[in-house]
Amino acid sequence: MIPPDNPLSPQDAAVRVQGARLRFADTLLFDGLDMALERDRWTCLLGPSGVGKSSLLRVIAGLECLEAGALSIPGDGRIAYMAQQDLLLPWLRALDNVALGARLRGARPDKARARALLERVGLGAEAGALPRTLSGGMRQRVALARTLMEDRPIVLMDEPFSALDAITRMRLQELAAALLAGRTVLLVTHDPLEALRLGDRIYVMAGRPASLREAPVPAGGPPRNVGDRALQERHARLLERLTAADAAGAPGRRAA
Amino acid sequence: MRLLRPAVICGGLLLVWQAVVWLAGTPHYILPGPARVAASWHAHVGTILDHAQTTLLEIGLGLALGTLLGVGSALVLAHVRPARLWLLPVLVASQAVPVFALAPILVLWLGYGIASKVAMATLIIYFPVAASFFDGLRRTEPGWLDLARAMGASPWRTLWRIRVPAALPALASGVRVATAVAPIGAVVGEWVGSGAGLGFLMLHANGRMQIDLMFAALFTLAAFAVALYFLVDHVLRRALYWQADT
Repeated sequence: MIPPDNPLSPQDAAVRVQGARLRFADTLLFDGLDMALERDRWTCLLGPSGVGKSSLLRVIAGLECLEAGALSIPGDGRIAYMAQQDLLLPWLRALDNVALGARLRGARPDKARARALLERVGLGAEAGALPRTLSGGMRQRVALARTLMEDRPIVLMDEPFSALDAITRMRLQELAAALLAGRTVLLVTHDPLEALRLGDRIYVMAGRPASLREAPVPAGGPPRNVGDRALQERHARLLERLTAADAAGAPGRRAA
Repeated sequence: MRLLRPAVICGGLLLVWQAVVWLAGTPHYILPGPARVAASWHAHVGTILDHAQTTLLEIGLGLALGTLLGVGSALVLAHVRPARLWLLPVLVASQAVPVFALAPILVLWLGYGIASKVAMATLIIYFPVAASFFDGLRRTEPGWLDLARAMGASPWRTLWRIRVPAALPALASGVRVATAVAPIGAVVGEWVGSGAGLGFLMLHANGRMQIDLMFAALFTLAAFAVALYFLVDHVLRRALYWQADT
């Protein structure tokens, strides 16, 4: 009924994780886990909180080391990373936050490009603003511009829109879909609707140790319309599945 | 309103002071009234300001040296792991020795001049600055460090571009505390042995039963200490422009 894991041939995969094992404190998050990110497509990773989605993303980002297994990223292995918090540095103005990567690598930042990216996320007028003067949505747009500034073929996003209100979230999803089209994106989210709107592929992570199952996506390219009937049907089914995964998945959070 | 309240507080305290002198009838060589102290201040203003200059110089040099050493130690402790393991216990243990107990030794080693007082002030300033800055350097938002790693930053640039600026508010708290305690170091040093400074002037006046002059010197010291604190606080607020005023 459900397609098997990782139907990708090696040449289609931009990132491949094989036989991955990772522990958090004393808990075995996953063991023997395989996953691949399809080149130039959006892959969404869904699952109950605490299941290890973020940890898997952090492994690919090079922020966490696998206990066993292999991670292969063809090319220079460099990725761009975007988190749930905007992670803007409060002492830098929006423009300098966008240009942070070059500064951290000891290179001269391309201010003109940073300015152009701020304009593309609709914040051309806010280039000189300090983060604390910007709204949550604006700050996350600056973070998106900073992610684009890195100009990596692979972009890893860890619940980047989940701290935003519904309307702002929708706008940002559309903006991100437009600006990150043609890149390999891994989006970790707990929102099935977000996955259904944006994903070319959707994986549901569940169990302990966790495994991945692929969930079908609605027809049509992202960003898909929230009002679409097929999308809403899939949403209902995906929610059911996540609820079941949540109930079965994390034994630590259930009454013994 | 901003100026009215302190003025009312000061005026009220002066009134209470004068009332105590009148009602208790204390002799002027125990507790002189405010008018007497003001007269003494006016009569000795040249001498007082001369000595104040010495004390201020000691405090200023102590602040500069203590802050410099404190910032340097915190950076080394935060960036070099062996330093943390070996030096941190020494740093903490050094605080178990009261600075006051060291004053006679410092005067013995460094003499009656300004050097022993600067050393005292430096010692007293060093710890709050080093401790608070080191604390700030250790508490960098982990997300920023993740971001820096994902961006391919070296540890050195991460320190310089993220951890240090992120720790500046903590450093500022340390410097504020240091500014408040700095006069203690200088004055204690002057009491133990010196030929100049407000602390010296107070001891000198005390020995000659010039209690009104003693009070005049004390108030001058307090006024300079408060002014110095507000000056430093103002500069720090301006420097940390990204922090919301609360």
